[in-house]
Amino acid sequence: MDKNLQLDIVTPDRLVLSERVDYVSAHGVKGDFGVLPGHIPMLVALSVGGLSYVVDGSRRTAFVNGGFAEVAGNKVTVLAESSELADNIDLARAMESKRRAEQRLENRETGFNMKRVESSLQRALARIQIHDNR
Amino acid sequence: MASLKSVKTKITGVKKTKQITKAMNMVASAKLRGAQSRMERFRPYAVKFQDILKGLAGKIEHSAHPLLEKRGAPAACGIILVTSDRGLCGGFNAGLIAAALKTARQKQAAGMKVKFYHAGRKGRDAIKKHGFEQDAAEHFTLEPLDFQVAGQLGETVMAEYLSGALDEVLVIHAEFVSLSRQVPVLRPILPMALPEPAHDGAKEAEEYIYEPEAAELLAALLPRHIKVQIYRGLLDTSACEHAARMAAMDNATRNCDEIAASLSLLYNKTRQSAITTDLIDIVSGAEALKG
Repeated sequence: MDKNLQLDIVTPDRLVLSERVDYVSAHGVKGDFGVLPGHIPMLVALSVGGLSYVVDGSRRTAFVNGGFAEVAGNKVTVLAESSELADNIDLARAMESKRRAEQRLENRETGFNMKRVESSLQRALARIQIHDNR
Repeated sequence: MASLKSVKTKITGVKKTKQITKAMNMVASAKLRGAQSRMERFRPYAVKFQDILKGLAGKIEHSAHPLLEKRGAPAACGIILVTSDRGLCGGFNAGLIAAALKTARQKQAAGMKVKFYHAGRKGRDAIKKHGFEQDAAEHFTLEPLDFQVAGQLGETVMAEYLSGALDEVLVIHAEFVSLSRQVPVLRPILPMALPEPAHDGAKEAEEYIYEPEAAELLAALLPRHIKVQIYRGLLDTSACEHAARMAAMDNATRNCDEIAASLSLLYNKTRQSAITTDLIDIVSGAEALKG
């Protein structure tokens, strides 16, 4: 059996990551999970947040904006609407969208959409956290 | 006969136009490459998405989700028309708009209400003149093109579909056949049709763990599938736009050459006849002095 996994993170805009890794862990909507080589096939809906993977003993993270992960035959494929590696996160942009979301929460102007603001705030916070902990 | 000077000005004008069309051709070809590489980058996502959907399709009841349910006697139809924002690309937009109007009239003849949604300024402006109902969205242009645009369009039509304001939705966009051929296509996206479940033995032998359950996963996948389909239409149209503009500008450059050639001929003829007239004047003047 192969000793490592092939991890691919794909978004509509590009292939974010394609690498051989030893371990992958992420947040599913029903809870966190980890994948080691030899895992049985699985399809999981992901929640917004970090996805971490281990390459040669060092742990790295990426931001994943929801989506799905498919595990099959030592391949982990993540389909997300957007995703960035921890080093590529635009901190200024995340801060700005956090500020905007908080402002909207306070003002509650007409056309205020709680769900939308909430998820945008969630995305911003996750990005900032991943950036700080990289 | 035209004066020498006016012909000369015309020639310079045509030559300058030629420079512009040539530059636009090159810009379009660069943009076409960009659009094509975008399609290239989108392909892995689309392919994988289709795979997962196929895998799931076999696992659930077909009418298990409101987006899949076919409605009897549909009364309202939404059309997402994808065109370019700018002209100067030959009959590209005209073809798309004609296709859209034809479909809209057919739907109306069948007693359905038609509402238009837009990505692309040209389509929006043209449809406005024909008095169809249009969505009042803030964003109606094709550029800047990213997944967000498809996402918003998808959200809008899905919300109206689920609320019952629309009974079916279709997308009209251009499909890239080759550099010299782009055709308008019509793709129904709501109610959705699931791809045929995969029936290869290898796949079926593996039992997947689904988390959450298959039906719930599918409910999360379906809205995304709509967006993926719309996004594909946007990307395709954008590539087609640039290809069409390249061809149009190539034509224009060639026409400029032709006009410049015929104008130079006219210029030389005019010059020649002016010289002849001058010569006759001089010769006959000399003759008169002799006599």
